[in-house]
Amino acid sequence: MTALGGLRITTASIEREFTDGATAIVRGALAGGCNFFAGYPITPASPILMMMLRDLPARGGIGMQGEDEMASIGMCIGAAMSGARAMTATAGPGISLYSENIGLALIGEVPLVIVDVQRLGPSTGAATTTAQGDIQFVRWGTAGGFPIIALCPSTIAECYTLTMKAFDLAERFRCPVFLMADKELALTMRTVDPADYEDAVVRERPVIDPEDLDPPAEYRYEPPGEVVPMQLYGGKHPVRFTGSTHDQHAYITKQPEIVGPLNQHLISKIDDHLDEIALVDTDLEDGANTLLAGYGVTAGSVREAVAAARAEGTKVSSITIQSLWPIPERQIRDAASDVDRVVMAELNPGLYKRELERVLPDKEIVSIARTDGVLISPSQLLEVIE
Amino acid sequence: MSTPIELLPNPSLRTEADYPFCPGCGHGPVLDALNEALMKLQLAPQEVVIVSDIGCSGLSDQYFTTSAFHGLHGRSITYATGIKLMRPDLAVVVIMGDGGTGIGGAHMLSAARRNIGITVLVLNNFNFGMTGGQHSTTTPEGFLTPTTPSGNLEAPLDICATVGVNGAAYSYRGTSFDHDLADRIAEGVATEGFAMLDVWDLCTAYFVRNNQFGRRQIDATMEALGLESGVLYRSDKPEFAAAYRKLAGGQHEGLRVKRVKATAAVRLDKRMHFVVAGSAGGRVRSAARLVATAAMRAGWWSAQRDDYPITVKSGHSVSEVIISPGEIHYSGIERPNVLVVVSEDGYGKAGPYLASMTPDDTVFVVADLPRPDTAAEVITIDPNQSDVRIAKAARALAMVAKAVQTSGVVPFELFEESAGEGGFGEKNLELVAAGVGLPAG
Repeated sequence: MTALGGLRITTASIEREFTDGATAIVRGALAGGCNFFAGYPITPASPILMMMLRDLPARGGIGMQGEDEMASIGMCIGAAMSGARAMTATAGPGISLYSENIGLALIGEVPLVIVDVQRLGPSTGAATTTAQGDIQFVRWGTAGGFPIIALCPSTIAECYTLTMKAFDLAERFRCPVFLMADKELALTMRTVDPADYEDAVVRERPVIDPEDLDPPAEYRYEPPGEVVPMQLYGGKHPVRFTGSTHDQHAYITKQPEIVGPLNQHLISKIDDHLDEIALVDTDLEDGANTLLAGYGVTAGSVREAVAAARAEGTKVSSITIQSLWPIPERQIRDAASDVDRVVMAELNPGLYKRELERVLPDKEIVSIARTDGVLISPSQLLEVIE
Repeated sequence: MSTPIELLPNPSLRTEADYPFCPGCGHGPVLDALNEALMKLQLAPQEVVIVSDIGCSGLSDQYFTTSAFHGLHGRSITYATGIKLMRPDLAVVVIMGDGGTGIGGAHMLSAARRNIGITVLVLNNFNFGMTGGQHSTTTPEGFLTPTTPSGNLEAPLDICATVGVNGAAYSYRGTSFDHDLADRIAEGVATEGFAMLDVWDLCTAYFVRNNQFGRRQIDATMEALGLESGVLYRSDKPEFAAAYRKLAGGQHEGLRVKRVKATAAVRLDKRMHFVVAGSAGGRVRSAARLVATAAMRAGWWSAQRDDYPITVKSGHSVSEVIISPGEIHYSGIERPNVLVVVSEDGYGKAGPYLASMTPDDTVFVVADLPRPDTAAEVITIDPNQSDVRIAKAARALAMVAKAVQTSGVVPFELFEESAGEGGFGEKNLELVAAGVGLPAG
């Protein structure tokens, strides 16, 4: 039995938190200026809904429980066009129901943060079991194939920082930004050092009246990729919005010479600014022949495996991918430049491995993939480090 | 539309463009009535947001100089709700067809129940006019459409009654031929709460052709269905956006953060795993939480991973607590150092843990369960041997207290400090004392 004896601390030198990722996401959203939230109850995302609905009204914001997922994201889109910084949170089954409205937010250039607390699928799957099976789903989950942004925190502190970052990127690029969490990260309580919560810079929202744009317009696609400030309902002049292919005044058209630049703009505004979005955390060691790669909850296993390997004198490098979409290709290539092998750890059938195979065609890609609801352990990773 | 132009107080909110609708379509006259209503209300274009659904009615917003939102099929009410919540000062008017009414039925119901201050204008022509004239939720029984070639078998939706009995502030049924339509639309828009106007009109492309349907048949159908026209429901329930703002401002403790100060500096050489396996509703998680926060009082790091089925107060509840001298990046447990089995539900989940444990580890098991087969040391605890009664839901805490005291996985004093905190502190400490006093064998 441990006796305290003379070990008492009289000055309270250490104060830490016992908290979870869902709480950190809520705090990050509030710090990021979120003033509108709508969601529908779903395990394991419900704690975010409950916390937002409790917290927002007292801060002058609005929190709604929609009648379903379509209503929840629909309210967010309407609110965003009326001045809100909006967020919603769900799990994979809810992303299915968001799908069509994600496309609407894309074409209408609506800033919106969508939290996906991933659980094991397909379908209802296992509601209280963690997984990372939605990472390709959010990328390709709406009609058209246009790019989206997806961030993926790997610690509770990162849940806070990257939620703020998601709000910033949503404003910067006027688009939906996904925050890819999972049940393990969102609901497992952990000790957190408050000093680890880093604030991300969240830019102010520039707003312009359509009449002040030269020439007056709601939208502009040229030069492609240049993002026009938001135009909100209730200003000096009417504002038009449409989810159909449209001209610069949001009138429906299918003329190729108008639709072409519109859609190219939606691609260019993301693809031409990859380095503004790319986020990775690398831990490289000279002489290492293996790069362990993880994201979200598997990045934690990677960190512990790296520490254990190095303690045994084995050289190993690692990368945590914090921006899953667009793929931080340059950063991944840089991290892998000196190794022959990359080990991708993920809780899905190997969904990011195929991206690495494309980005790193000359490297051996080893997939550590689990779909049984069990975490990938550091010892499982150590087995593949030579 | 017969209102003389000189009586109109405001400029038109129509653009100069002609409507794109088929000859004889009823949508144009209804939109003219909407324009007249907005003029009567002296609304400027930027004070109005027209939210259009999908289908022929979805083209409507483009013929107004107001703000506009053209979104997805059936979801127009949801966008309108978001707009109204943020900007209660704007007049938000949804224009949808009977198709959008059907696919968005849940939104219509919820908007009525909330009494959100938007106005919904249903251009109800009993079929899907843009996609081929298929039957909709308002197609009356017996009528012919390409998807009901032998006559419709489904009863038509009574839109006005549906929203009316569910809280709508205003509900009106009429036709595109009504001379007072503009006045009724103005009434709806001026209503603070949710206003529904179900306006029946003719789809000359399909429904008229397929059913020899016309103006007289609209009236006859309404009568045959036993449906009335006019303003059918009114309520003075408070409007939602205003009521929400009135209620807002209350402080609610929501965030799941427990701040823990280290009050002792105790050396810990390696990571320890403490697992409690019991039943949902048996306060397993809160008992495990005390171990985790006690570890933080020692200056250590902890993690608590809970596993439970989707049900709430039935089935298993297993909490895995990791105690570590440094930050925990991987929250999985392969082998518990201490396992506390509180109930049969927990026993059912303990198999893999028991199989992984070594003679260095300890299992505390409630006495009424069979002795587990494991390499670990097994200690049996009988909560019925207590001087004070330990309820089933309190067994987890009592047994965890005994396990902490016996195993020394965290300093017992710090565990007691954690247990004694908060509103349940006194009760918790009684249970801790009762647990520690239990005979163990």
